[in-house]
Amino acid sequence: MTAYLLKRLIIAALTLVLASMVVFAVMEILPGDPARLMLGLNASADQVEMLRNQMGLNAPLVLRYLHWAGGLLSLDFGRSYTYSVPVIDLVRERIAVSLPLALIALALSTIIAIPVGVFSASRQGRAGDTLAMGAAQLGVAVPNFWFALMLIYLFAVWLHLVPAGGFPGWGAGIWTALKSLILPAVALALPQAAILGRVARSALIEVLNEDYIRTARAKGLPYRAVLWRHALRNAMIPVLTILGLQFAFLLAGTIIIENVFYLPGLGRLIFQAITQRDLIVVESIVMLLVAAVILINLLVDFSYAIVDPRLRGRQ
Amino acid sequence: MSLLEIENLSLTIGATPILKDVDLAIAPGEVVGLVGESGSGKSMTALTIMQLLPHLARTEGRVAFDGIDILGATEDQMCALRGDDIGMVFQEPMTALNPVKTIGEQVAEGIRWHTKAGRAEAEERTRKILDRVGLPEAKFPLSRYPHELSGGQRQRVVIAIACALKPKLLIADEPTTALDVVLQAQILDLLRDLVRENRMALLLISHDLAVVTEMADRLTILRRGEVTEAGETARTLSEQQHPYTRELALASMHVPARPKPHLAGSAKPLLDVEGVGRVYPGRRISLLRPTEPIRAVDDVSLTIEPAQSVALVGRSGCGKSTLARMILALDKPTAGTIRFRGEPITGKPEQALRPARRDMQVVFQDPYGSFDPRQKVEKLVAEPLHLLEKQPAKAERREMVANALHEVGLGPRDMDKYPHEFSGGQRQRLSIARAIITRPKLVVADEPVSALDVSIRAQILDLFAELNQKLGIAYLFITHDLTVARAMADEVLVMHEGKIVERGRAADVLDHPRSEAAQALVAAAPDLHRAIARKIQEQG
Repeated sequence: MTAYLLKRLIIAALTLVLASMVVFAVMEILPGDPARLMLGLNASADQVEMLRNQMGLNAPLVLRYLHWAGGLLSLDFGRSYTYSVPVIDLVRERIAVSLPLALIALALSTIIAIPVGVFSASRQGRAGDTLAMGAAQLGVAVPNFWFALMLIYLFAVWLHLVPAGGFPGWGAGIWTALKSLILPAVALALPQAAILGRVARSALIEVLNEDYIRTARAKGLPYRAVLWRHALRNAMIPVLTILGLQFAFLLAGTIIIENVFYLPGLGRLIFQAITQRDLIVVESIVMLLVAAVILINLLVDFSYAIVDPRLRGRQ
Repeated sequence: MSLLEIENLSLTIGATPILKDVDLAIAPGEVVGLVGESGSGKSMTALTIMQLLPHLARTEGRVAFDGIDILGATEDQMCALRGDDIGMVFQEPMTALNPVKTIGEQVAEGIRWHTKAGRAEAEERTRKILDRVGLPEAKFPLSRYPHELSGGQRQRVVIAIACALKPKLLIADEPTTALDVVLQAQILDLLRDLVRENRMALLLISHDLAVVTEMADRLTILRRGEVTEAGETARTLSEQQHPYTRELALASMHVPARPKPHLAGSAKPLLDVEGVGRVYPGRRISLLRPTEPIRAVDDVSLTIEPAQSVALVGRSGCGKSTLARMILALDKPTAGTIRFRGEPITGKPEQALRPARRDMQVVFQDPYGSFDPRQKVEKLVAEPLHLLEKQPAKAERREMVANALHEVGLGPRDMDKYPHEFSGGQRQRLSIARAIITRPKLVVADEPVSALDVSIRAQILDLFAELNQKLGIAYLFITHDLTVARAMADEVLVMHEGKIVERGRAADVLDHPRSEAAQALVAAAPDLHRAIARKIQEQG
């Protein structure tokens, strides 16, 4: 077990290093000189050159990478070119919005998907299954920003239950803050839930045809008990895999959704940073997102070992 | 008074009739054998008693268990019966247990469900029953997972689950088919003891007439969903009144005719295996300790002459398949050399192996798994032709495929069909056609008839014998089934824990085994003649 976890941990760390190199390299290749951008169009070549020296942009590539990567490790992401404040300060505020949003959406999608999958699998081919899977098909197909707009229209404009957008900050009270995160979380979670629900259904159907399900039935357990006690845990393995893989899409979804709901999150920050060529902010946020995806997948790997005892003995 | 009474049971699934007017009765303490070939409806009869039939199944007739009308019972009533008064054991022990739950949990679950016992009490009873089926807690703690047990041990756990609450009826559906003969004998002994101890009734389902004869007081023979004959085991099998019963008995004991016997020492060896070994790195237990290597094959030497038929017999896990893979150059030995027609084949690049590959083909056990379902027979059978020096033109290729199909008793029209259009026996014919299309000198057959029904098995054995006589093909049969060795082999090699422990002429080794391993195999192998003789003595 420890060997398995250790190996996963090492792989995750290596992935992170590799990803940081790719991110850094891509930012190097991208056109747009940050020094020129900061100084504006009228700056002379000398002025730009001076600022480049000041910002360390003229140092050798490897050195600049090491400097940047070393900074990341000590949470020193550098200073934003446009706002002239440490990137970490910008990011810290935004994470307080984006992280809860992503986690709520992740939890919500799992909470919706698994019962739907169980429901559909246990009624395979019947009306309930067809209806649930039809809805899931729709959930996969409908773009989340359109769905978000519909949610705003229904719950904010019409029913006045929640605000239509913006974020009051956690200082305004947990409930108030949460209220403005509910709709975005639902809009993010639904397409994910639709995909997960379909995966859960097909995984369960496959597991329900296994020999050990028949053994459990022959023990006298009713169908429902067999489904929850024996089938579900075995079906969790593919569900967890998809959950980990989909998390990256969920994060990408926050960029759109935060814009729709006018939430001051990482998604909106990266969007602004890209339009303003604030490369250092872009780099930092991309690295944060990469780290989050790797972390979630590491957790998925760990939970495999919890679900499946056969993995524990393996390397 | 019967415990289970089945009268005029008919079953259809969708529009397909499965069973027709089946009658069967079992008294307490009685062992009834249900015999038939695949598709005869044996398992469906069992699942009807358990009411675990697939959707769309419709039953008619009467099934009464202990005074309860099974066909009319509610699901709640059935849940109360299953696992309590009726236990069931299945064919495939490797997949019959939930891989993510410990064996203790899986045995205790039924006990807790039916008796409402607390955790501690259920665990105590679990310990007792696991100990009873031969898995004492000292060696097999309740916290073991199924993947940490062998096939035979897993089947013991399944039996423990089924027998934990001392059922009145145990249904065992091919309980030993997936096990080697030694394990089979152990499991059958266990079932026999459980019947005796608890006056349990046993419905033993099997395609193996010898196994059923050894075990059953009475027999019911099913064919295409209908009972052809039923009665006391000894009388049914000694009188063999129904022609189908005779057919089954003859097929089980079938020995194909080989008029030209092979003369040992008559030619230079075709295959020469010399001191071959295969070591696998062992499983790492700790990061610090070095691993104990596993010697799957250990210093094995053997020769096969042209047209000679050799059987390599041994229990599962003895290394016989690993050896076969090395002979086929699919795996590299870690020691020794293998020569084919005098040329070493070990350590050669793939290109240099082509002539050897052409003359050495293989037939696998599973006629279902060894074909790509999306390709036509023409392409599948023609597959080894890429090994020829000169690639045949399309017309010539079809001609060669047609020939090969003809040799295995199939027609040229079968070329344009897909594998799923063939029965199991026909598919095994296809894999033999594929093996002989390059006119090989040696065919390695890994359990080639284990998955087949007895009548088809007899036909396939005949086919092997005929090809040996006609084309002079030498065989290496890899099997745990001694009747195959007896029927087909000139020479028998007994393998045990990676080593060849005994070798000699087939009749000598099988009739007078000298090594312990060979003796165990012979003693455990079911033999229909012996079993009938014993039953006649018992039942008068």
